[in-house]
Amino acid sequence: MADEHARKWDRCLADTAVKTVTGLGVGIVFSLIVFKRRAWPLSFGSGLGLGMGYSNCQHDFRSPYLIHGRMVKVSAQCNFHCLSEVCDTRSHHAA
Amino acid sequence: MLRACLRGANATARKNYRRIPLTSLQQCRHYTAGESSSASKVVVAGLLTVSGGIGGTVLYAKWDHKFRAAVEKNVPYSDWLLGLALGPAAQDPGLPIKKRVELAQPPSMIEKQAKKEGAEGPVKDSSPAPSQPAQSLEEASAEATHIISAIGEVPSVPAPCDTEAAAVKECNECHEHKEATAVHPAPTEPMKERPVEEVAARLAQQEQEEQDISASVSASLEDSLASSAKATLQAIGAQEAALQAIMQHTDKLKEAMEAEVLPEEKSNQWKDLEAALADRTTALNDARAALSKANESLDSLRSVIDESKGLKISSVRPLVLAAEENLHNMVVDLDKMVMKVQSAESEAKIVSQYSELVNEAKRQFQREVSSLTPEIQANWKGLTGKLSTDDLNALIAHAHRRIDQLNRELAEQKVREKIHIDAALEQQKLEDQKALDNAVNTALQHVKEDARLDQERKLAELREVMEAEMRTQLRRQAAAHTDHVQDVLKVQEHELKAEAEQVLSSKMLEQETRYRQLTQEQLDNFTLDMNTAYARLKGVEEAIDSHVVAEDEARKAHQLWLSVEALSYSLKTAEADVPTVPLENAAQAVRDSCRDNDFALALASALPEKSLQRGVYSEASLRARFNSLRSLARRVALIDESRNSLYQYFLSYLQAALLFEKSQEAPPSQLSSEDLDPFKLLSYASYCLEHGDLELAAKLVNQLRGEARRVVEDWLIEARLTLETRQVVNLLSAYANAVGLGTTQAP
Repeated sequence: MADEHARKWDRCLADTAVKTVTGLGVGIVFSLIVFKRRAWPLSFGSGLGLGMGYSNCQHDFRSPYLIHGRMVKVSAQCNFHCLSEVCDTRSHHAA
Repeated sequence: MLRACLRGANATARKNYRRIPLTSLQQCRHYTAGESSSASKVVVAGLLTVSGGIGGTVLYAKWDHKFRAAVEKNVPYSDWLLGLALGPAAQDPGLPIKKRVELAQPPSMIEKQAKKEGAEGPVKDSSPAPSQPAQSLEEASAEATHIISAIGEVPSVPAPCDTEAAAVKECNECHEHKEATAVHPAPTEPMKERPVEEVAARLAQQEQEEQDISASVSASLEDSLASSAKATLQAIGAQEAALQAIMQHTDKLKEAMEAEVLPEEKSNQWKDLEAALADRTTALNDARAALSKANESLDSLRSVIDESKGLKISSVRPLVLAAEENLHNMVVDLDKMVMKVQSAESEAKIVSQYSELVNEAKRQFQREVSSLTPEIQANWKGLTGKLSTDDLNALIAHAHRRIDQLNRELAEQKVREKIHIDAALEQQKLEDQKALDNAVNTALQHVKEDARLDQERKLAELREVMEAEMRTQLRRQAAAHTDHVQDVLKVQEHELKAEAEQVLSSKMLEQETRYRQLTQEQLDNFTLDMNTAYARLKGVEEAIDSHVVAEDEARKAHQLWLSVEALSYSLKTAEADVPTVPLENAAQAVRDSCRDNDFALALASALPEKSLQRGVYSEASLRARFNSLRSLARRVALIDESRNSLYQYFLSYLQAALLFEKSQEAPPSQLSSEDLDPFKLLSYASYCLEHGDLELAAKLVNQLRGEARRVVEDWLIEARLTLETRQVVNLLSAYANAVGLGTTQAP
């Protein structure tokens, strides 16, 4: 599990880099095509890419702690089931 | 540098300060010039008071010791000062004097006691000495009686040692007389009955001694008797001779006085008279000497008689008696002779007086004649022719005068005759009285002596009679005694026989019972031995059976142990980062070797599956892994469920970079809330791991929370696995060891 952390970082950095570059590229394209070679689409695009990468990275790192809830119809029979399901999802996510 | 600055500051301050007081002092001096003398006065006065007080205190302390003691107690260091000034405090003289007096008294008492003991000691020492016990006992008894009488508590009851001393003395005397040797040691213990032979021997000895003594005494008596008899006879003879001589002399004197014989014969007569006188004197001297000798011998005889009387032996008594009688007779004879001699002497005295008178008259006449006629010689009878008429006339006149004178004297004498005769008679009476007294005395003595001798004779006879009677009585008593003793002996014989028979019968009975008892005992012992042997045999059989069982058990235990050892060995096959071989085979072997042992079976089945399938990691690998995990855990220490954004990550990384903790820190025995900090926990865990305590490290790591926990989760799982497996294996091994020990036969 310790390696997971390192792998996450690898992925994160790689992803962020790719996204940033991709954003930059899209920005360049948009700057060249739509926005009359202005600088702002580049920074906008790279920032967009960086932000997406950062968010992804954060999500990746947070993923163990995320709890996925489900709306369940409350009925007399389902109460027990629902509770047990919730416990299961939590343990599943924690692993 | 600081000090230098300070110094400089001080110096400046001082300079500043100095300047000011100088001036102020000058000013003060101006102002207080007038008042300085008063100040000095005050100072001097104060000093004087203080010194006076101290001096007064010292002096008073010297005088009054109680005050000194109080001062020394209350004021500190005053004792030093006072000691310096006055010397050490003198002790109270009253007590020591008393003490000395008391001390003096006991020593004096002790001395007195010592002296007393010393005085008693020599007395006591002398008493046991065998040389003079009687005397010392007497002395001691005398002392005791003196003391007792002086105290006056006890009436004059003689102390027991008195009688003892007396008895001892008598005994001693008896011993002396009987044995004629030195004094024996005083018999302080009561006389024990001596055995018959000893008594007989003693009696025989005593008789022998008596005989010897009597023989010696009789010999001595005879000797002394003979000597005294001789002496007495000699004395008597001498006395007779003296008597004869005296009578002769008297006759001769009478003759010479009265006879008118021729002058030649007269001179012869006078010569014979002188010879007779000489004879008489010599005879008298001889008689006196012989008398003295006889007296001496008689005295010695008397002393011998007294001595032999003192011996108190019956056989000697008749001899003594005879000797006494002889002595008496001799004395009587001697006295008679002496009396005769004395009477003859007195006669002779008268005659000699008469002759002297005559001679005196003759001489006087001669003198007168010679005075008248000095030329005429003495013998006037032969001078008839030579005298002249004047001379003759003178002579005749003288003769006439003489005759007248004589006539006158005669007349006077006739007148005084009666008186003279009376005087002479008186004198004679006196002398007769004297002689009578002497005679009476001697006769009285003789009569007394006779009476005493008679008494003694009668006493001796009586004693003999008594002795004879006593002997007969004693014989009778002896006979009675022998009869009585015979009877008593017969009775005793009967009694003793009965007793002996009884004792014999009881002893026989005892012996029989003992014999029966012994036989019974032997039988019992034999049965006991048989029983024990049988029991032992049974025991041996059982032991052998149990041995077989035990051996079986031991074999099984051994097998179990071997399998467990194999299992524990397989645990060691882990290498770095490579787990051990799967423990399945070893576990199977263990399970096979303990089929009927529930405990071991349960343990063997408690091994975790993963260890069986995959094997476990070694501690070293876990340790190595942990070291790498630690840095990661540190980095994500701040991340948990609530904080997990990338910014938090950044902060966490920053914290890890900036925060320094000890790489290894010994964990406390109780974790507080501060210790739950991840960094601390990690350092504790490192420490534990370095010191081989995987369990504690795992526990500590288990306290991590959040992301750090997630990161070390798998390490924790592995550690748990290892620990579990190890625990089971340890238990199994311990159990196998225990079982093995239990079944081992100790030598």
